[in-house]
Amino acid sequence: MDYAAYFFIQVVYAIASLALISVGLAVIYGMMRVINFAHGEFLMLGGYAVILPVQAGFNLWISMLIIAPLSVGLFGIVVERLIIRPLYGRVIDTVLATWGLSLLLIGLTSATLGYYQEGSKPPLGSLAIGAYRESGYTFFVIGITFAVMTALYLGLKRTRFGLLARGTMQNPAMAAGLGVNTGRIYAATFGLGAALSGLAGAVLAPISGVVPVIGATYIAKAFITVISGGATALAGTMSAAVVLGTVNQAVTFMTTPVVGEVALLVAAIILLRLLPSGITGRLFRGSV
Amino acid sequence: MAINRRHALAATAATIAAGVFPRSGFGQANTIKIGTIVDTSGPLQPFGVQKLQCLQLAVEEINIAGGLLGRQLELVTYDGQSSDQSYAQFAQQIALRDRVAVVHAGLQSSSREVIRPILRRANTLYFYNTPYEGGVCDRNTFCTGTTPGQLLANLLPYMINKFGKRIYVLAADYNFGQLSERWTRKIAQENGAEVIASDFFPLDVNQFGPTIGKIQAAKPSFIINTFVGPGHAAFYGQWAGAGMKKEIPIASQTFGEAGEQLRMPPELSEGIFVCYNYFEEIDRPANVAFLERFRKKFGNNYGYVSDLGMSEYVGIQIWAEAVKKANSVDREAVIKAIESGVAFNGPGGMIVSDPRTHHFVFDMHLAEMKNRRFEILQSFERVQPTNPSGVCDLIANPTTNQQFEPKL
Amino acid sequence: MTIWREHAPVAVVAVVGIVVLIGLPQVVELFTLVDVAVYCILAILALSLSFVWGFAGILSFGQSAFFGLGGYAYALAVINLGESTLPIIAGILVPMSFAAVLGYVMIYGRVSDVYFAVITLTVSLILYHLINSTSGPDYVFGRARLGGHNGIPGIPPINVPGDLQHQLDHVETFQISLAVLLLVYVGLHATLSSRFGRVLIAIRGNELRAELLGYDSRRYKLIAFVVGAGIAGLAGVLFASWGSFIGPSVFGIAFAAQIIIWVLVGGLGTLGGAVLGTMLIQSLVSWLGRNPAAATALGFGTIDTNLVLGLVLILFVLLIPQGLLPTMRRLVLERRQPSA
Repeated sequence: MDYAAYFFIQVVYAIASLALISVGLAVIYGMMRVINFAHGEFLMLGGYAVILPVQAGFNLWISMLIIAPLSVGLFGIVVERLIIRPLYGRVIDTVLATWGLSLLLIGLTSATLGYYQEGSKPPLGSLAIGAYRESGYTFFVIGITFAVMTALYLGLKRTRFGLLARGTMQNPAMAAGLGVNTGRIYAATFGLGAALSGLAGAVLAPISGVVPVIGATYIAKAFITVISGGATALAGTMSAAVVLGTVNQAVTFMTTPVVGEVALLVAAIILLRLLPSGITGRLFRGSV
Repeated sequence: MAINRRHALAATAATIAAGVFPRSGFGQANTIKIGTIVDTSGPLQPFGVQKLQCLQLAVEEINIAGGLLGRQLELVTYDGQSSDQSYAQFAQQIALRDRVAVVHAGLQSSSREVIRPILRRANTLYFYNTPYEGGVCDRNTFCTGTTPGQLLANLLPYMINKFGKRIYVLAADYNFGQLSERWTRKIAQENGAEVIASDFFPLDVNQFGPTIGKIQAAKPSFIINTFVGPGHAAFYGQWAGAGMKKEIPIASQTFGEAGEQLRMPPELSEGIFVCYNYFEEIDRPANVAFLERFRKKFGNNYGYVSDLGMSEYVGIQIWAEAVKKANSVDREAVIKAIESGVAFNGPGGMIVSDPRTHHFVFDMHLAEMKNRRFEILQSFERVQPTNPSGVCDLIANPTTNQQFEPKL
Repeated sequence: MTIWREHAPVAVVAVVGIVVLIGLPQVVELFTLVDVAVYCILAILALSLSFVWGFAGILSFGQSAFFGLGGYAYALAVINLGESTLPIIAGILVPMSFAAVLGYVMIYGRVSDVYFAVITLTVSLILYHLINSTSGPDYVFGRARLGGHNGIPGIPPINVPGDLQHQLDHVETFQISLAVLLLVYVGLHATLSSRFGRVLIAIRGNELRAELLGYDSRRYKLIAFVVGAGIAGLAGVLFASWGSFIGPSVFGIAFAAQIIIWVLVGGLGTLGGAVLGTMLIQSLVSWLGRNPAAATALGFGTIDTNLVLGLVLILFVLLIPQGLLPTMRRLVLERRQPSA
């Protein structure tokens, strides 16, 4: 019974962390149709953006929830201006340029910070679930994901910015014709996606540690989750995360982490075969 | 700081110049060239850099003392870039162009197995200076790293006696982890204990939630791990985060070799048991002197010297001893010299060659981590290297060329 | 006249290639030949992607997977059989069969471009995870251990068919690699000039229009995909023979991306560009490994290859998006023609 509870929590955690690492990419892809291959490195930067301030003496929570998203978000706006905007409409070139950015960031962090990883103990102690001990931080991650998704939903549905962003996404020419500064909307959207990625990286840093190549462990899963989810940012990410996260964790518990990974990948292929435009190509359409 | 930067600029300029202008095949006349490939970039960087530094220190010490056979030593360095393809290319280059007397190279077992045949075919002497899974039996190769027979055979009985007979193995999923797990099962059997479960993790796995749950369900007496690489280091944080530190003790074949204990809160590493042939914390005059020389050359920001780096230092020194004994750098002469018995009094203890296996006999030390320092609990003198089933005998069968594995 | 102008560059390349093949071993040192050989092998892999992507319009992240399958198939076969002729054929047929099945499911399932790329990437990753975890002693194929993360070392190189004693030495490895590269290059060029090739290019240009003209685009794309897989597999065989080694990293995302970078830097839509891009980038990476400039001095933090590659890629996309070869061609042509 205790084990079942532990297992359940781990599954929810897997769904949450998958959604969290994917939502930044989903916002950018869903809203701008841009495939940002440097997404993994935004996560990595978010991780460093919490570790470095903490080492310098800043409060962990402020670094994680404020400094990390803000700094990575600002960085995202710069990237959008310098690299993404000149390449609008050129899908392949955007993929390549962002891939180049990804390598560049890995190279820079390798050269400056190196692979001397800082280990850390996740805060918030541990709880007992019956006979099992679970880290309190696990619940924090689940909670944060829930909060972020809710905030994003409300933001996109209820605020003026959200309205402008969705409108620009659906019909840029029309939006521009109505006087919307589409350039600024794009920059802000990319910045938002980057900030979300930074936050995700920061939240996961105390658990996984940060090294320059940690982006590689995230990018494939995030990419696959977003594409499987389909064009609608939030609904797509959540639904894909539920399916893939459950499969992943359930199989991992029954066998090994490797088989769990393979199961996730196979599930994604099956999903794409059945729903070639992703989950929200068919279901949850019209949502955010 | 200023010294370092000046040093850095000068060295960079010199190296760039050397790279731009073609190197002649013989270099400066009359130097003895030593080829080396270690990973100074990529995820294996913390290990590779430490190894390179120890190599450089050893070469420098010998040169200051007058060199070898009246000639200075010259280190020809390549960066393995944490990639086996790079190792293959550079080993070929060393073998075909650089006319080196010996090669000290390799970190991961996979890189060793790529270059070992290349160097053997080119008749270039090869030293592999990294603790590994044991069993390499190749006349052209000498292994100065510890083997499971030296490490596990002393660590496991201690853990079994102290904590109990139910063992949970967490292994890195490649040949080092796989073979170490086999050794663990063998040694457990011999000591009346049992491996109740073995989990294997590819090197990039960094989420251990399900595993921690499984361990709790299995209720082992202790855990032994062969965790390698940045992903696995995350285990210790997650383990402590789940409040497991006081519950189940941990022994490790690899912890501390990149000085990771200095980069995590003390409570994460507290109480981990290891067994190596070298620790910085060993209190011997030779070690104190070595560390002084190391700090003087590389500054105080160097991290931690573990048996990984020390093996390179020892590798060079013991090769030098053999060269002096043979009075030549010729491969055949050096091999015969080592086989006739050479010894070196290293910072960690005495190192003696084992002629039949081309491995070495070490003093091993068992330690427990206390507040980020290894406290040495026991020492074992003259521990023989692993020789699975006693099969490897390069004196009787010099043409042997394979890696033997333990039979259970 | 047009035929001559179209084929002249290829003929020139072929002739130059043959000259290099015979002449280079006389001129350079042995280890340079070893390097050039692997660049040729990787260029063959790049050609496979250039063909499938630049001309058939299929962005495949799976060429590295076919490369790996070819290498592994060769390795497992030659360790068991000893003689290398059948293993070479295995190394080509295994990836082609795999591509046939995968391609059929995707192309006939009308999976669109982005998703095709994602699925080929996913399949590569699945193979990576699977092979990466075959470290234990139970994972054997006959006498050959799959080796997991450590890969398969000690692979016997290709031998002259029938003559087991005569395995390829360094010079011969170089010559065979270059010869295969030339053959693939000329072969692909001929294919693209043929009727099949024309239809393929038409499909890439506008699939709907080609279909309306009566061509079954699925069949053409599938054939192109399978042929591309075979070429990649052949490159894998040569690679395994060159280094006597193959490992799961060839199935990884980093390697898959590198091939794309080579093709893009050289110029998508040209065959020569793929070769050029590969040679340049690989030489750069090797040069960086040979000159770990900062490492000795600073103790850590070298000029990481990622840094240089990333910079190169960004600059190329922003400044030379066509890639090197088309840009060079354009410069040469503009200079030749008098300003009209």
